[in-house]
Amino acid sequence: MIQVREPVVRTLSEHVVEFVSDAGEGAQKAGVSFAKLCARSGHGLWTVEIIPSEIQPPPHTTGSASGNRVRLATRKQVTNAGDLANVVLAFNEMALLSRIEAEAVASDALVLIDNQWATHANIAFQHSYADVLQRVREMGCQVVEIPLEAETLKHVDDATKGKNMFAVGILTALYDKDVDIMREVIADTFANKSAKVIETAQNLAENGYAWGMEHLQVRYQIDAVQDDRDLVAMNGNTALAIGAVAAGFELCSMYPITPATSASHALSGMFESLGGIVHQAEDEIAAIGVALGASFAGNTALTITSGPGMALKTEFQGLAVMVETPLVIIDVQRGGPSTGLPTKIEQGDLLHSLYGTPGDAPKIVMAVGDIEECYYVLSEAKRIAEEYRALVVILSDANLATGQQLFERPDVSQLKPPMPPPLPAVEPGTLAYDWDEDTGLSKRLIPGQPGGMGVVTSLNHDRNGRACYDSARNQRAHRMRSRKLHTFQKTLPLPKIHGPEEGDLLLVSWGSTRGAVDEAVDRLREDGASVASINLRYLNPMPNGLKELFSNYRKVMTVELNYSDDPEDPGITPENRRYAQLAWLLRASTLMDIDCFAYVSGRPLMPSEIVTAAQARLEEGVLV
Amino acid sequence: MSCSENNEHSCDTNYCAMRECKMEDYASEMPRWCKGCGDHGVLAAIQRTMRDHFVKPENVVAVSGIGCSSRLPHYLRTYGFHGIHGRALPIATGVRLSRPDLKVIVTMGDGDCFSIGGNHWLHALRYNLNAVVLVLDNGVYALTKMQVSPTTPEGVKTRTTPQGGYLPPFNPLSVVAGINGVSFLAQTATWLPEHLDATIEKAWEHPGLAFVRVLQRCPVFMPDAFGDGGLHFPMAFLEDEWGIPVSSFLRKRGEVQAHDPRDLIAAQEIAAQLYPAPMGLLYQNTDLPTYEEIRFSRRQKPTTAAFRQRLEGVLDQYAVGKPRNLPEVPVEPESGVPDWMAHRPRKPERAAPKRKLHSKEMDEQLANIRKETQEETINKLVNNLLQMNP
Repeated sequence: MIQVREPVVRTLSEHVVEFVSDAGEGAQKAGVSFAKLCARSGHGLWTVEIIPSEIQPPPHTTGSASGNRVRLATRKQVTNAGDLANVVLAFNEMALLSRIEAEAVASDALVLIDNQWATHANIAFQHSYADVLQRVREMGCQVVEIPLEAETLKHVDDATKGKNMFAVGILTALYDKDVDIMREVIADTFANKSAKVIETAQNLAENGYAWGMEHLQVRYQIDAVQDDRDLVAMNGNTALAIGAVAAGFELCSMYPITPATSASHALSGMFESLGGIVHQAEDEIAAIGVALGASFAGNTALTITSGPGMALKTEFQGLAVMVETPLVIIDVQRGGPSTGLPTKIEQGDLLHSLYGTPGDAPKIVMAVGDIEECYYVLSEAKRIAEEYRALVVILSDANLATGQQLFERPDVSQLKPPMPPPLPAVEPGTLAYDWDEDTGLSKRLIPGQPGGMGVVTSLNHDRNGRACYDSARNQRAHRMRSRKLHTFQKTLPLPKIHGPEEGDLLLVSWGSTRGAVDEAVDRLREDGASVASINLRYLNPMPNGLKELFSNYRKVMTVELNYSDDPEDPGITPENRRYAQLAWLLRASTLMDIDCFAYVSGRPLMPSEIVTAAQARLEEGVLV
Repeated sequence: MSCSENNEHSCDTNYCAMRECKMEDYASEMPRWCKGCGDHGVLAAIQRTMRDHFVKPENVVAVSGIGCSSRLPHYLRTYGFHGIHGRALPIATGVRLSRPDLKVIVTMGDGDCFSIGGNHWLHALRYNLNAVVLVLDNGVYALTKMQVSPTTPEGVKTRTTPQGGYLPPFNPLSVVAGINGVSFLAQTATWLPEHLDATIEKAWEHPGLAFVRVLQRCPVFMPDAFGDGGLHFPMAFLEDEWGIPVSSFLRKRGEVQAHDPRDLIAAQEIAAQLYPAPMGLLYQNTDLPTYEEIRFSRRQKPTTAAFRQRLEGVLDQYAVGKPRNLPEVPVEPESGVPDWMAHRPRKPERAAPKRKLHSKEMDEQLANIRKETQEETINKLVNNLLQMNP
C-alpha cells in the first residue's frame, strides 16, 4: 500500500511555468489551456510561445522543442515573461535540454518529465534521458518522473492526442486550481470539436489531476483575486489585427513573413465580414505598392511586414513620403541581419525605419510597449497618417507577436465600419501641395473630387505638384516635409517616468522591453538604488524635452534587444564603440554620453538581467 | 462649356448631356518628350478615346512607373500617380481595390514593365485587374540614355552592350498569352495612328486587364528600331469582325491574317510568331471575372450595428470570462449590380471556336503515363535495394 505523504505547500506571489514537447505534440495547447485556467482563476498573466523554426523538425531533438511559457502572479499587472522558469513540464528530455541550453530554467526548478524514455525500446533515448536527468539534478533541479504516455494510453489509443491534457491536469493539481474551471477551459479550447473529443480531453485532464494529487509532494499556492473587469487575452499580432478593424482600415496588403504573418492570418479570418480585404501580394514590394495605391485613392491602407520586408519596401516608403500620401506600415521585428533569426525577438529595425530610405524621407515611427497597445495603436497611427499626410511606421516585435497578455476588453460600441471618402468639388485654384508655411501641412486631393485633377509624382515637385528641378524649390519641399514632423512633435507628451524624477540612473527603453525594464527598476529601488525608467513610444520625432529630463540623472542607459559592442571587448573604446540603436539616436540628439545595455539573445529580456547590468553600472560608472 | 469645367452636369463614360467634350479637356501641361517620339501619339490616342467616351476626367487615374513613357500622367488632365521604376501595376491594383469606381490607365516602358517590373506584370495579368495597361516599347532604356532593354534586338549596340547585344529580344506577347487569367492582348504601333486609336479604344472598353504593347522607335537612341519606325517592318494584321479594323491603308502596309481573338491556342501560336509581327487583337475574353469583382463580391458591407456586433463576436473568442454572445444583426445583401461593376460590351453572336486543351482520351493517357512512371520508379528502387542487400 502506498504511503501518501501530506504534500508541502509553498505560498508564492508568482511563478514561471514552461510546457515543452516535440513540435506537434500539443505542449502549446497545454500551455494555452493552463494559462486560460489561471486567467479565469483571477491571476495576472503573461505567456510567450516557444517556437521551433521549422514546421516538422526531426523529433526528439533540441531543435524540435515547441511549447509555451506561462508567468502567473497574484498581481494583475504582469508586463513581461519574467525570469528563469520555476517549473518545466517536458514531454521528452531533448525538449527539456533545449530550455536548459537556452538558459531559461532556474537551477532549483521543479522538472516534470515523461518517464517513458527510461524504458524506451530505443536504447539511445534511454541513455540521453538518463544523461539529461543527471545534468539537471546536478544543476540543483528537483525531478519528478511522470507516467505521461503510459497513463494517457489507458484512456486513448494515440497518446500524442491527449498527453497534453493529462499534463494540464497535473499542473492543475500542482497549483491547486479548481477542477471545474479546468473542465470549462478545456471545453472552450475544443469548442470546435465534437462533444466526445471534449469529454475525452476533460477525462484525461481529470486523471492527470488525480495523479498529481496522489503523487506530487509539493503544492504551489499563488493567491488569485477575482475581479469584475471584463478581460481578454490575446497575442500582439491578433491585437494588431483586431485593432486594424477597429481603426476603420479597409485594406491590408501583405506578403507572408515570419513573425508578422499571423497578424494577417487573424485579419483574413474576419475582415471580409467586417467590410475589409486582405490582399496577399506577389512580393513585399507589391504589398506596399498596393497599400499606397489604395491610400492614394482615399482609403488609408495598411501593410504588415518584418525586417527583410522593410528592406524591400524602402523605395516605396520614400515614394509615400514624397507624395505625402498617408500610409501605415507595421514592422513586427525579428532577428537580423538577412534571414537571421526569423522566429526570434530582436529590436533591430529602428535605425532602418528612420533612415533606411535614400535621401531625406522624414516619417513618423512609433513603437508598441505591450499587447494592449497593439490594439489601440492602429487607430492612432491612422489618424496621424491622415492628419499629417504622413507615413507612419509601427514597430512591434516577436515578443509581442507571440506573447499573450490580459487586458481590459476594448469598447467597440462607438466604432463605425469603413466609410467611402467624401469627394467634394475642389475650389478653383486649389493646389496639390498647398503647404502651410508654419506647419508644413497641406490638404490632399482625392481622385473623384471634381476640379482637383493633377498628378502626384516621385520627382521633386512644387506646390502645384509639378515636377521641378531647381534648388530653391527642392529645398523648400524638403523643408515643408520636415516641418510637418516638428508640427507633430509639438503634440507629443514626455514619457511618464517610472520611479523618481531625479537620481543616479535612468534606464531608457523602447517597445516591448518596457515591462521587464520597469520591473527591474522596481526591484532595484526595493534594494535602495536610485533608479528610474522611461519608455519611448514615439521614436521619430521624439518628444521635446528629453535632454532636460535626462539631465536629472547622473547616468542614462538604454536597454535594447539589438547589437552593441561590449565596452570590455578588445579594441573597443568609447569613441569607436558601436552603440545600440536608440543609444545612437539619443547620443546624437542630446550630445550626452548615453550608455547602452543591449544584446541579441533572441529571447525576451529578463528583469533579473537588467537588474544585474544596472547594478554593475551603478557600482562602476555613475560618478564618471 | 466643357465637361471638366462644369461639375454639375451628369456626364459619364456612357453618356454626356452636353456632348461638348474636347481633346483639350484632357490636356494638362505641354508634353516635354522629344520631337518625333511616339509617346505624343499615344497621349493623343488616349485623349481622343476619353473625349469620345465623354469621360469625367476626375474619375480617371493614370498610373505610371519611371521612364520617358511614364511621364504621360503629367500631361493628362486626370488624376495621376507618377510612381517609381517598375511599380506602376501594384499602385494601380491598390487604386482598383480601394476605389473600383475609378477608371485606371497604366503606362509603362519596356524596361519598366518587362524587366524591373516583371513580377508585378505577371501577377497583374493573373489577377485580371480592370485596367488599361499600355507598354510603350521602343526597345531601349531612353531616359537613362541608351542601355540595352529586354526587347532590344540581338546585336544592337547600346552603351551597356557596346559590342552589340548578347541575347535575342524577349517576346512579351507569348508571355502574356501564356498566363492563365489573360483576358485581352493586343499589339499596335505608333506609326499606325488609326490602328493605335482603334486598339486603345478597344482596350478602354475591355472589362478586365487590357494589355497593349505599343511598338515605337526612340528618335534619339533607337531611331531604326522596328525597321526604321515601321518603314521596313514586316507586319501581319489580324482580321476579325470582333478585332481591330484593318483599313485599306493598313492592307498596303502588311499581310492580313484571319484570326478569331477568342481562340487562346491560336493566339498563343500567333504570339510566338516574331515575323511578320502580329498587329491587332490577339486575344479577348470578356467573360473572365476581374480580381476586384471576385474580391468585392465576397466582401460584406455591414451596417454600423452589424459591424459592432461582429467585432464583439471576435472579442468573444478571446474573452477570459463568459463571452457576450450578442444576437446577430441581420445585414441586407446589396441589391442590384453595383455601378462600379465592369461594363461588359456586347458579345459577337457567332459561337466561340471549340478547342479543348485536353481531350478525355488525352487525360486518361496522361494518367496512365503518371501511373507507369510511378511504378517504374518504385521498381527501380526495389531493384536497387535488392542489389545492395541480396
